[in-house]
Amino acid sequence: MRRALAGIRWYLREWSGEGRWDAYLADCERVGMVPMTRREYERHRDHLREHSTQGRCC
Amino acid sequence: MTQVTFLTPREHPLSTTTSPTPPSPAGGPADGGKTRRSPASIALWVGVAVVGAVCWSVLALSRGESVSALWILFAALSSYLIAYRFYSRFIATKVLKLDNTRATPAERLENGNDYEVTDRRVLFGHHFAAIAGAGPLVGPVLAAQMGYLPGTIWIIVGVILAGAVQDMVVLFFSMRRDGKSLGQMVREEIGVVGGIAALIAVFAIMIIILAVLSLVVVNALAESPWGVFSIGLTIPIALFMGFYLRFFRPGRVLETTAIGVVLLLLAIIGGGYVESWGLAEALTLDKETLTLMLVGYGFVASILPVWMLLTPRDYLSTFMKVGVIVLLAVGMLLARPVLSNEAVTSFATDGDGPVFAGKLFPFVFITIACGALSGFHALISSGTTPKMVAKEGQVRMIGYGGMLMESFVAISALIAACVIDQGLYFAMNSPAGLTGGTAESASQFVGTLGFSITPEDLTKAAAGVEEELISRTGGAPTLAFGISQIFDEAFGGGLAAFWYHFAIMFEALFILTAVDAGTRVGRFMLQDTIGNVWPKFGDTSWKPAAWISSALVVACWGYMLYVGVTDPLGGINQLFPLFGIANQLLAAIALTVCVTLFLKHGWLRYVWVPAIPLGFDLVVTMTASWQKVFSDNPAIGYFAQADRYRTAREAGEVLAPAADADQMGTVITNSTTNGVLQATFAVLTIIIVANAAVIWVRAVRAGSLPTTEVPKVESTLVAPSDFFATAEEKAAVAAWEAERKESVGSGR
Repeated sequence: MRRALAGIRWYLREWSGEGRWDAYLADCERVGMVPMTRREYERHRDHLREHSTQGRCC
Repeated sequence: MTQVTFLTPREHPLSTTTSPTPPSPAGGPADGGKTRRSPASIALWVGVAVVGAVCWSVLALSRGESVSALWILFAALSSYLIAYRFYSRFIATKVLKLDNTRATPAERLENGNDYEVTDRRVLFGHHFAAIAGAGPLVGPVLAAQMGYLPGTIWIIVGVILAGAVQDMVVLFFSMRRDGKSLGQMVREEIGVVGGIAALIAVFAIMIIILAVLSLVVVNALAESPWGVFSIGLTIPIALFMGFYLRFFRPGRVLETTAIGVVLLLLAIIGGGYVESWGLAEALTLDKETLTLMLVGYGFVASILPVWMLLTPRDYLSTFMKVGVIVLLAVGMLLARPVLSNEAVTSFATDGDGPVFAGKLFPFVFITIACGALSGFHALISSGTTPKMVAKEGQVRMIGYGGMLMESFVAISALIAACVIDQGLYFAMNSPAGLTGGTAESASQFVGTLGFSITPEDLTKAAAGVEEELISRTGGAPTLAFGISQIFDEAFGGGLAAFWYHFAIMFEALFILTAVDAGTRVGRFMLQDTIGNVWPKFGDTSWKPAAWISSALVVACWGYMLYVGVTDPLGGINQLFPLFGIANQLLAAIALTVCVTLFLKHGWLRYVWVPAIPLGFDLVVTMTASWQKVFSDNPAIGYFAQADRYRTAREAGEVLAPAADADQMGTVITNSTTNGVLQATFAVLTIIIVANAAVIWVRAVRAGSLPTTEVPKVESTLVAPSDFFATAEEKAAVAAWEAERKESVGSGR
């Protein structure tokens, strides 16, 4: 049961993009880089989304 | 805004392309490795086949008796399982020969932005959210006028042999070309003439789709203060979420979405009190007012930064979408509703149905586009998704599997429309010009169709959901009524009115998201095209260009929406065929690209895989286009209709349902506009197919021709291919991850 809930939580975080922050932190640590702040990181992602052409189907 | 410096693609910490070791054998076969079929597995698939055969037999043989909707549900599910297990696997391994040793664009070009290796299950969710909209909900509802069987057969057989094949194959070819768009592939693989025709066709078809979707929302919200209140509140709710995410809790998407969903539910509940709060009159809006509001809103929404409105509403609509689909599946299992309509009605053979005119062939196939075969999906399959696929083998589950899911949504919508009383169905879906707009006249009209419902029953049904129900065309109100009936039966509590507005909210929310996103895509297309001759205009961050092109796109779909709203004949029955044919013509363009690439690659032996759906689709769309343009029956042919009203106007007559000479003029203008658009779409498609046919002949003669496929680069990434990883795949992934950790650790 706990595993299933953890799986759902993982999926929702990955699907919504929320988990990318954790992955970013882990990767920064791996390559020995100082991460930017959460706010800066999310603003950058907003900026990328602004120029993406992802449509939604009918 | 703070300027953020990012790493170059290869330095990006999210990059997963740094494996020092070659892939393990599990990275090879695209189908997750050959597994020996166990007796249990054989028994399982025989069981699935038997369930499917029994369900189809019951549906085929039952006439004039009560039939449970679960037969349709399980016929669909078992057919999907068999098609996925066998046909999609055949396409993956024998036809496309998906190669897991070949690096995908996401692996080769990863930049932490558009090219990004994404977990297959997460990408499946993104892809499904992008392809599934209102189309699979509305089309089947309208097609239910022909009975439950034609729609059921087309949705299931269509998706297996056409829709899912198109999505999977386009995804594959785009992925092999670094995620090129459909338009680019037409231009580069077929020719410049076809490319220009495709550009115009895609843009024009998108405008029609946006207009018809908007029309569905307008029809659902007109004269509905509860609906206007609830849907109106989604705007401040989404804005609140946008600001909350931007300034207070950056990145906390789940927390923000949970708050948003609670606020949405409160907005639906609050809508029930608009009368007692004295807001009912102010929020009772006619269709023209709603159209103007929607056009104004569409423009503002498309030029606002996406973080403010579009992104948060996309979170809301996606969660609502998935939630309602799951609830509907559970609700059907609990309520076990019985189908109220016939297997095949006389409208299918006579072509004189009040919801839309025309016989079963070709009109059931174009009325149900999304859910069986939707050309619009080719734009998604050749856009974002191919740039995020981790392994080639995953194309099967994402492309084919994603479309099967959408088909399931369409089947659920068809069931919801077929379980409601058929007298009520026709009273809701026939245009006001036929029903007269009152319970008494609607009851009389329905009687002339051979169904019966008393005015009292109509009034009672309307009171049950606290809405007017006569001539609520567009499909959304009917689906909402069907859903409310199923949920009320399944979950109890006498909450039919709440569930009705919950369903309306769910549909309107993602239609509005599709309209905003579509307007933005149209804006980018326009800027890109004009940018070829005026480069400055192509700069998407240049505000004047963004505003002008957004205004142009909104003006185009706004005009078509106005045409639909003001049409005395009823907007949906006039515009929906145009929408369906347009979507299917887009599918024809996508399948033409697929056939072309099969032949250019020298895969003549398997060209039937995309050629059969292409041939069928062309026959359907060209027949439907021909009838809509050249039929001398005014109920079907746009120009015949315009002629009929023109002749009458010249004779000084006023033909019902037009009330005066002005309305006669409106019918003439609208029908002519629709006819011209219909003919244009068909001609553009013929140009593309003709251009492609030249390439087909050359390719068959030469055996193969060069294509723009990117040369193979060995993959260094290991990931499973299907929804569930095999034991071998799990072991390979674990070994690969351990090796990566070791390598990174020693490299520090």
